[in-house]
Amino acid sequence: MDLRYTADEIAFRDELRAFFRREIPAEIRRKVSEGRKLSREDIVTTQRVLHAHGLSVPNWPVEWGGKDWTPVQRYIFSEEIQAAAVPQPLSFNVNMVGPVIATFGNAAQKQRFLPPTANLDIWWAQGFSEPGAGSDLASLKTTARREGDEFVVNGQKTWTTLGQYADWIFCLVRTDPNARKKQEGISFLLIDMKTPGITVRPIITIDGGHEVNEVFFDEVKVPAENLVGELNKGWDYAKFLLSNERIGIARIGLTKERLARVKRLAQETPAGEGTVWDDPDFRRRLAWSEIELKALEITQMRVVAAQRTRAADKPDPSSSILKIKGSEIQQQATQLLMEVAGPYAMPRPDRDEDGANLPSVGPEWADAAAPLFFNYRKVSIYGGSNEIQRNIIAKAFLGL
Amino acid sequence: MDFDLTDEQRLLADSVNRFVSDRYGDFEKRKAYRAEAKGYAAANWSAMAEMGLLGLPLSEEQGGFGGGPVEALLVMEAIGRGLVVEPYLATVVLGLGLLRRAGGQEDLLAEVAAGGTTLAFAHQERQARHDLHDIATTARQDGDAWVLDGAKGVALHGDSADRLLVSARTAGGRRDRAGIGLFLLDPATPGVTRRGYATQDGLRAAEVVLEGARATLLAADALPLIELVADEAIAALCAEAVGAMETLRDLTVDYLKTRQQFGRPIGEFQALQHRAADMLVATEQARSMAMYAAMMVQGSDPAARATALSAAKALVGRLADQLGKDAIQLHGGIAMTEEYKAGHYFKRLTMLGVLFGDVDHHIRRVVAAGGLPD
Ligand SMILES: Cc1cc2nc3c(=O)[nH]c(=O)nc-3n(C[C@H](O)[C@H](O)[C@H](O)COP(=O)(O)OP(=O)(O)OC[C@H]3O[C@@H](n4cnc5c(N)ncnc54)[C@H](O)[C@@H]3O)c2cc1C
Repeated sequence: MDLRYTADEIAFRDELRAFFRREIPAEIRRKVSEGRKLSREDIVTTQRVLHAHGLSVPNWPVEWGGKDWTPVQRYIFSEEIQAAAVPQPLSFNVNMVGPVIATFGNAAQKQRFLPPTANLDIWWAQGFSEPGAGSDLASLKTTARREGDEFVVNGQKTWTTLGQYADWIFCLVRTDPNARKKQEGISFLLIDMKTPGITVRPIITIDGGHEVNEVFFDEVKVPAENLVGELNKGWDYAKFLLSNERIGIARIGLTKERLARVKRLAQETPAGEGTVWDDPDFRRRLAWSEIELKALEITQMRVVAAQRTRAADKPDPSSSILKIKGSEIQQQATQLLMEVAGPYAMPRPDRDEDGANLPSVGPEWADAAAPLFFNYRKVSIYGGSNEIQRNIIAKAFLGL
Repeated sequence: MDFDLTDEQRLLADSVNRFVSDRYGDFEKRKAYRAEAKGYAAANWSAMAEMGLLGLPLSEEQGGFGGGPVEALLVMEAIGRGLVVEPYLATVVLGLGLLRRAGGQEDLLAEVAAGGTTLAFAHQERQARHDLHDIATTARQDGDAWVLDGAKGVALHGDSADRLLVSARTAGGRRDRAGIGLFLLDPATPGVTRRGYATQDGLRAAEVVLEGARATLLAADALPLIELVADEAIAALCAEAVGAMETLRDLTVDYLKTRQQFGRPIGEFQALQHRAADMLVATEQARSMAMYAAMMVQGSDPAARATALSAAKALVGRLADQLGKDAIQLHGGIAMTEEYKAGHYFKRLTMLGVLFGDVDHHIRRVVAAGGLPD
């Protein structure tokens, strides 16, 4: 057992570190570090820089631009990109739809979609959740009926993250309403957002941001060639897609960076005779977060190491562990930052969509602290809520 | 021991509760109130004046009801239930709390009670964080008047208040307990600059810069008075938190009963039932502590009072934080939306946790006192 990286791994890491800091604009990295909203351009710019250097889709098959990396190298990449506060390549493209098309799509679909997906020439949205189908995703009601060489889609998706920017959306749709089990009548369909009959409506979240949407489908005609894989096998592809999220889901690198920033700001923020950092209660809580994060980091490395040997069909609680603890610690980090801001967490100066045009009331970083804390309640809800993760551990792993 | 309300108190509770359900029962109205010029509804304020709520703490000779901490608790709990945006805390709890005790402003008291004048307390300074005695703003005498220089922050409803109560140093160093005066200031006075803004919970506040602003001295060596009124504000905030916690809990429980997933109401999942049960436990613990706060704020020993109020703020703060987070989590995505009520309660509870000192600040004070008073 040795928890340290080899010399080669260290060299690999250092190269990435230097690359991220050199090639990705500092202004974009600053926004990530401060938890501010990224514009569409920020995300596109970053992904194209990565793509130009062959780093946008390392997890894909090599023939489509992927890297022949070891699990440890993949892990290092995922951690370092976060620690450098670089926006990660758009997850919907890179971790979700890309691998599904690469694995289950036909040759024409791969040719057509994979290159622009890697370079973010196509922006994808994830159309899974519906108003009545959240945790119980398989109860989804959006239908696609076959008419000639088209599917006609009707229904509603919701919580569609960054759907306002999307060129395409990958959807789970019900193609066999009479299937024996609800999971069996679902297909995986790619839909051009410009198709007539699609309406996108913003949902404003409690932090005041616009990052999610409702998407309505009214007699939307989709060419049958946009079906991925087999008809009525969409649930299998969705499960494959969700299991691909494992690496990076805990966002350890990002949280590390955020906790370091909390520490720095606590040392700068006056509180009576000294600074916030002088408060032992505060320091104790920060220390606990750091300790829990360290444990999770090692857990994550164990998961990475085990990937080399794990039998594919064996139940594995690791992604649930990473999701539960990762989300909790991310939330703690946002709360600690809000606590540093103290009374200056309260002002909410008017500002435009993605930046400050009115000067901050308190220290500049402080106005973003409470909104980030509010916004991060989402991380224990989406991607399979923490309750659902505990159910998975209890049922699938512990056999309860 | 007697937890029963008097007939008058019951009447008061009924009428404030009716006011809140009439005016805030439809949550959309709150948005409209916030969009008014002052960030709250002028009509609600007049109605509160007519009900006698604005003169509640004044004596009968002063044209009030002689209401004490129990009356304040009843009103603030209702305010918490409705997430009321009118400046009750700023004007009545803080403003009148200071003004009526400082004395000598009988006409102004009457104007406030009648709803014609609002008040705000501009006390906090950036470097002080939560320490009430940390005051750098200075006051120097010039003839009959005093001239103030300094900067005050996050003065609740300070943007629209007709009069500001301002603390400033007449003597001593920044962190001395002695030498802090309390002043009355017309914000239209030359040398006063206000920057108003919304707060994260949909209320309003202001930064106030004083550059040679002329003001009237209300009380010299006013720290003991300021500490007393801050403790009253803490008692009020605890009561408001209880009202908000209870409503948010009920909202969550209703949602658990109606939201269907996996072919049943999600309230049938025991994991969620236990969390909802904990929300009830938390609300009742917080309510007990708000009552304790109301009782102890009347105490004659300032040190015991301060420790007790810190204890209340610490526990209510901790419980409100957990309950707010659980309420969002148990709802799922819906509670992340601006359109739905729950998130607004969560945000208010979060900000109540910061106002007049966060959990760390208050637990530290209880620890420094060696624990609770007898
Ligand atoms: C900010 C944000 C972005 C999102 N982005 C996307 C996106 O881009 N695309 C997309 O398709 N979806 C997206 N989602 C949707 C997300 O996946 C769902 O919110 C999630 O699946 C939970 O569903 P729900 O919100 O309907 O809550 P519900 O499923 O109604 O759950 C409500 C509560 O019940 C609990 N619960 C449910 N079932 C059980 C059970 N069996 N046992 C115990 N507890 C249970 C849940 O944990 C939760 O606490 C996003 C959500 C958010 C908040």
